Amino acid sequence: MTSVSGGPPHPGPWQSATVTGVCQETPTAKTFTLMLPEPCSFWAGQHVVVRLTAPDGYRAQRSYSIASAPSNAAELDLTVEILQGGEVSGFLNEAVEVGDTLDVRGPIGGHFAWDLKPALGVGGGSGVVPLMSMLRHARKLGEPDLFRLVVSARRPEDLYYSTEIQGPGTSIVFTRAVPDGHARQPGRLTARDLTTTLDGDRDVYVCGSTAFCDAATQLAAAAGVPAERIRVERFGFSG
Amino acid sequence: MALTRGFTGRSRGTRDPRLPPGQYDAGANWPVLHAEPTPSIDTARWSFEIDGLVDEPVRWSWDEIHALPTSRYEGAIHCVTTWSKFGMRFDGVSVDTLLDAAGVRDDATFALARSHTGYTTNLRLEDLTDGKAWVVWDVNGAPLTDIHGGPARLLVPHLYFWKSAKWVSGLTLLAEDQQGFWEVRGYHDRGDPWLEQRYQGD
Repeated sequence: MTSVSGGPPHPGPWQSATVTGVCQETPTAKTFTLMLPEPCSFWAGQHVVVRLTAPDGYRAQRSYSIASAPSNAAELDLTVEILQGGEVSGFLNEAVEVGDTLDVRGPIGGHFAWDLKPALGVGGGSGVVPLMSMLRHARKLGEPDLFRLVVSARRPEDLYYSTEIQGPGTSIVFTRAVPDGHARQPGRLTARDLTTTLDGDRDVYVCGSTAFCDAATQLAAAAGVPAERIRVERFGFSG
Repeated sequence: MALTRGFTGRSRGTRDPRLPPGQYDAGANWPVLHAEPTPSIDTARWSFEIDGLVDEPVRWSWDEIHALPTSRYEGAIHCVTTWSKFGMRFDGVSVDTLLDAAGVRDDATFALARSHTGYTTNLRLEDLTDGKAWVVWDVNGAPLTDIHGGPARLLVPHLYFWKSAKWVSGLTLLAEDQQGFWEVRGYHDRGDPWLEQRYQGD
């Protein structure tokens, strides 16, 4: 049995990270690979803060979930959704290139950090990002069934990590349009989507918009998961 | 730290002086952020209690707390996730009124607020007294909804909003600081937005 000791790591100091990769994830999201001066030890599900500084000293900072699996390397991936009018996400998506530097601090947020106990992730849209870190971690450990995933996306082109995310423990729910050959009809997440994936004794990690999180936690509760075993990370509008 | 290449920020020159550093005006939006499933708490089983270092622990039912003199806060709120909102109006009861009823002992210096969900957050007693904190049930003239902490939440608007515990169920007065849910996870013990006390060590 895989296990971890102690709690999730606390944030270190601000670091100046170098952007070593930029990948268009979907039409409205990019994944940035950041190289840190010092390796950042984190648990899957934690996030980092990115801070932008203007010449007159004006600063804006936002939190972004880590998408890559924990490792000893100094590199980590952040996937950033462009939010309409988002000051930071808009800048990151439009202006940041390989070779740029960004101030980052982390890891932050322990309540949603995965402790490697058997779990089910339920993610809507960009809410899949911290769950992808968990899925990658489980696969890297050679125990892919430790983490199962139900992910909801509007259309095939909106699905993050569309190739890598597929696997025996992943179910994909498209709400508006499905790719050819997809057995499930388009439609919102249902109790059946959860119960077919939720076997036995698993904690449930829900991440997405507030509306998605409320719907998914109600479905999980109706499926018999006690409230104390459901952890929720809401992605509100934060620019 | 270094400048960010190409970044100038938006709304330059018109930054609202009411905005603490690193915050933006959420306008008409009221973002929602909490770590647990949203509970739905019937006012019939809601209660609020003050215990710990007090002369006499006191517990109020929904009707009993509404019988106390009401108090209003009008102004801004600031969330650590960088949004602020202006022109908010909350109605409820001043924490001063509640503390007076219980009688604060001389050795009480800190408080741990708790919620019906098990959420906790720590505060200095001086941040809860002298008209700086409330237990509120109405916002902008309407009852607080579940997602915003209804039927009643703590309101400590001069600190980051995670200190304003949703679904509040009580305060325990303490001689020593005891960290709450977010604070043990790396967030600041005090959380003053004007000092940008977001994380431990800020």
